[in-house]
Amino acid sequence: MNLSSFLIMRHEILLLAIALLLLVAEIFISKNKKGSIVHLAIFLFGIHTVIGFLPLGETSILFGGMFQTNNLIHFFKNVLNIGVFILLLQSADWIQEKIVEQEKGTEFFVLLFFSLLGMYFMISSGDFLMFYLGLELSTLPAAALAAYETSKRISSEAGIKLILSAALASGVSLFGISLLYATSGSIYFNEIIEVISLNNLTILGFILFFTGLSFKISLVPFHFWTADVYEGAPINVSSYLSVISKGAATFILMILLFTVFKSLMPVWENIVYVVALATMFIGNLFALRQQNMKRFLAFSSIAQAGFILLGLIAGDQLGTATVVYFVMIYIFSNLAAFGVVQAISLKTGKETMDDYNGLYRTNPNLSLIMMLALFSLAGIPPIAGFFGKIFLFTAAASKGYYLLVFLAVVNVTISLYYYLLVIRAMFIRQNENPIPYFKNKLYMRLGLLITVIGILVLGLYSPLYDYIYELSSVFN
Amino acid sequence: MNFNYVILIPLIPLAVFLLLGIFYKKIKPAVSGYIGVFGLLTSTVLSYYTAFQYFFVQEKVDGVYQTFVSKTTWMNFTDTLAIDMGILIDPISVMMLIVVSTISLMVHIYSRGYMKGDEGYTKFFAFLGLFSFSMFGLVLATNLFQIYIFWELVGVSSFLLIGYYYTKPSAVAASKKAFIVTRFADLGFLIGILIVGYYTGTYDFETLNNPEGNAILSWASTSFMGLSVLTWALILIFIGGAGKSAMFPLHIWLPDAMEGPTPVSALIHAATMVVAGVYLVARLFPMYYFVEDGFALNVVAYVGGFSSLFAAIIAVTQNDIKRVLAFSTMSQLGYMMMALGVSGYDGHEGVGYMASMFHLFTHAMFKALLFLGAGSVIHAVHSNYLKDMGGLRKYMPITNITFLIAALAISGVPPFAGFWSKDEILVAAFEHNKLLYFVGLFVAGLTAFYMFRIYFGIFWGKDTQYKHAPHESPIAMTFPLMFLGALSVVVGLIPFSEFVTADKAGFVAHLNYPLAAIAVGVGVVGIILSYIFYKKENDLAEKFSKAFGVFYKWTFNKFYFDEIYLFVTRKIIFNRISAPIAYFDKKYVDGFMEGMGNKTVVVSEKIKGIQSGKFQDYAFAFLAGFVILAMVFIYLWTK
Repeated sequence: MNLSSFLIMRHEILLLAIALLLLVAEIFISKNKKGSIVHLAIFLFGIHTVIGFLPLGETSILFGGMFQTNNLIHFFKNVLNIGVFILLLQSADWIQEKIVEQEKGTEFFVLLFFSLLGMYFMISSGDFLMFYLGLELSTLPAAALAAYETSKRISSEAGIKLILSAALASGVSLFGISLLYATSGSIYFNEIIEVISLNNLTILGFILFFTGLSFKISLVPFHFWTADVYEGAPINVSSYLSVISKGAATFILMILLFTVFKSLMPVWENIVYVVALATMFIGNLFALRQQNMKRFLAFSSIAQAGFILLGLIAGDQLGTATVVYFVMIYIFSNLAAFGVVQAISLKTGKETMDDYNGLYRTNPNLSLIMMLALFSLAGIPPIAGFFGKIFLFTAAASKGYYLLVFLAVVNVTISLYYYLLVIRAMFIRQNENPIPYFKNKLYMRLGLLITVIGILVLGLYSPLYDYIYELSSVFN
Repeated sequence: MNFNYVILIPLIPLAVFLLLGIFYKKIKPAVSGYIGVFGLLTSTVLSYYTAFQYFFVQEKVDGVYQTFVSKTTWMNFTDTLAIDMGILIDPISVMMLIVVSTISLMVHIYSRGYMKGDEGYTKFFAFLGLFSFSMFGLVLATNLFQIYIFWELVGVSSFLLIGYYYTKPSAVAASKKAFIVTRFADLGFLIGILIVGYYTGTYDFETLNNPEGNAILSWASTSFMGLSVLTWALILIFIGGAGKSAMFPLHIWLPDAMEGPTPVSALIHAATMVVAGVYLVARLFPMYYFVEDGFALNVVAYVGGFSSLFAAIIAVTQNDIKRVLAFSTMSQLGYMMMALGVSGYDGHEGVGYMASMFHLFTHAMFKALLFLGAGSVIHAVHSNYLKDMGGLRKYMPITNITFLIAALAISGVPPFAGFWSKDEILVAAFEHNKLLYFVGLFVAGLTAFYMFRIYFGIFWGKDTQYKHAPHESPIAMTFPLMFLGALSVVVGLIPFSEFVTADKAGFVAHLNYPLAAIAVGVGVVGIILSYIFYKKENDLAEKFSKAFGVFYKWTFNKFYFDEIYLFVTRKIIFNRISAPIAYFDKKYVDGFMEGMGNKTVVVSEKIKGIQSGKFQDYAFAFLAGFVILAMVFIYLWTK
């Protein structure tokens, strides 16, 4: 392996190295200083994130076509890195206070990094074998992470539900892949593109494959695991599943739809249409009545996935750019919301919406961050989420899907209602016994600060979108 | 020559507004006053520097002052029609910079004394900053849309400042009234702007005002109800201007606006915002003059003349000194409009335009002075009414002298400022329209009369016994009085016609001695009558008002215009039109929407059970979802 291939794969290789390094490092850290693994992990991952930004990546194919990368994929890996970095900052206190004493600190990071590594391979895959391996590698550690709080029954339940659902989904997916292989005679993307055609067996294979991936993006009706797992899993794991995992899966789905399955577009645009509607409506209707903040965010994230499909349906450069841009905004906004929930849960153990009544009086900063995040998710101008949504809608409308856009706007209205419920609780509702004032530690504050900056910058700094749009030309 | 620094003139007050607005709880009142004054001082210095550069340093080209425009495209409507943001420097915008910055600075200084100890001291200065920013933006606007944006911003600032004492119901009502009436007028303005944009393809003042340009030359190509469409547009735009400048019949908000703090009245409702309407007509003057041979300009002239007379008559009977000044402002604004209306374009023909701008300039100085003087008096006796005043010359010498200067200036007594500008207006009217000349002359007499009526009423007249002996105001308040007093004496001597004219070329104006003598004579008669009536306490005035009987009562009640408006809005619009619509809205539109909302919640409740928590159910749903998709897209929805 020469230097240029190393540069092309530097995300994967570095992350693997960091994960292994952490495993070894644990041995050398003395018992009473176990907490320092957290600093080490954050430091190493920070360096990894920075290195990812060095302008060395270029379009390339490795391993006989199994691994491919280009500027857009590279950019997206960097986005995932930023997301995970924020997540690490937000989880640091929780790990130090709750996990390290059980001597499970290192494993948390290692599992998380392996899962992320799986995502790298998944979105860089050049054939279905690599894709499948990446998918599995990203899911299995996540299931372990969901069950991480072994002392809590609900956490174990979450782990079991996730692993069972994932097994089902990947089985279905694999069956779809084998049907595609049967019809095309290849598992390499660039070979399939040339022979794939509209026939019933291919469509069946595609639908099987699509449902498998829909599970990861939690599209309706493949979403049922979402709420239970998010509620039971540790908050940062829920956050990871809803933000990083979903973002990566959306991205690879988009790549496959726009390249491998391009000639099936007459079929998949209708499937996406139907699934988008179902996802938006079901996600929103369920979110309306949630009391637990984690379940609430779970359904909200399902509904958001429905909106993303509006960009997919456009199927061109505009669609790609809007999806990537929206996913970025979504990552920052959702991490901000989950971060606040996590901070409060860690200090007080309170997780329901009624507990948030009167939060503004005691913790104004947290309330304002939450408000910003929810406004961004709801798409209120001039915050980032508004531009993200309006671009997605523009993309769908540019292909003539006016009815879909109209129904999406109806859904935005519904979602505004439940986002405002939280804001009403924090700012207007009275509470005799509100969450007392507390001060977050440095890591958590930093983690929240980055999300706030991200939301503001993405909304106000337009050259970023132009940059993404430029990168998005690779699939067309 | 580079005038890009002019952009700082509006931006500094904006920065002051943001600073004071955001940190208004943290900044001590004493500091916020200084921040406001200092900010405005910087803008003022820059304004004077701009004027110096523009009029004295840079050279005229072909004997004409050049227009400088610096702008960026803000929003594209079509390939050809865009809204720009930028600054436009020409003689009238530079002149307005001087007016706005000078008066605003004086009012800032004055407010440090007048508002001292007020709870919302910092907020007040923040609002003043917002207003100054908006007003600078308005005068520097390069196109109709930009001026409209700042036009609304001054409207908002005016609303905020009139309603500054928001615990007082009358102030709240007055602020609402001012906002609604002017917004109503702005509807006309907006429609006018849109028509202009549609028919000429541009909003740019430079393009629109070019006498040889397409916009002006093409007026005859479209017509609507017997007039050119552009004439209608200009009339509609004038309606907007009439709303801001309190022209009849949209004047009703101005007297009520006196509920605001007096420095605000001096700044906004005497010197700057209310002249925006006059400025707007002057800004579009070539269009008004050339389109359909000045039909719209005639409308301006007659509305101005009538408002001037109407307001002057009402002013004679009012007892609240600020209301007298308000009607006086309206009357003088009418004067300016009238002067624009009778103006020509080239050289000395354009004397009306020049006179109007000149009067705008001098009037700003002495009217602001009158208001600030009135504020000083109100500050001392805690009342707005003449009956509570009298003999104050002994207690407040500086206020007395400065008020007298201003009164002489507005009455047109030489050599004070008002004499020069008023004389030019009368000359312009005499040359173009004799009827309006006589109206103007009569108003000049009335002006002298009512102004000295309140002067004598406040400073001479009866020797009122005060509970607390009134005393002269602090230096923060008397300094602006003295400064503006000095200006009211000297600004008339500026050879204004050499700087600001319709064709931007300038000409040398000469005093028309017979007309000047007549005007001064009429003014002096007014003063003498006033002297007889009000110098000493007597019942002459009482007898006179009795003799006029019904007419006096009508005038005193401002010809019942407020009541007419109330009747129309409450009885006709609210009851006959709004109420049925509101019923429909509540019953059917709201009902439908609420029904939708309730149904959504019901559906949400019903389907809750699907999420059972059992993995078997989830797996079933997963596979069912796949089967349905496969069935539909393989067998039913085949391509």
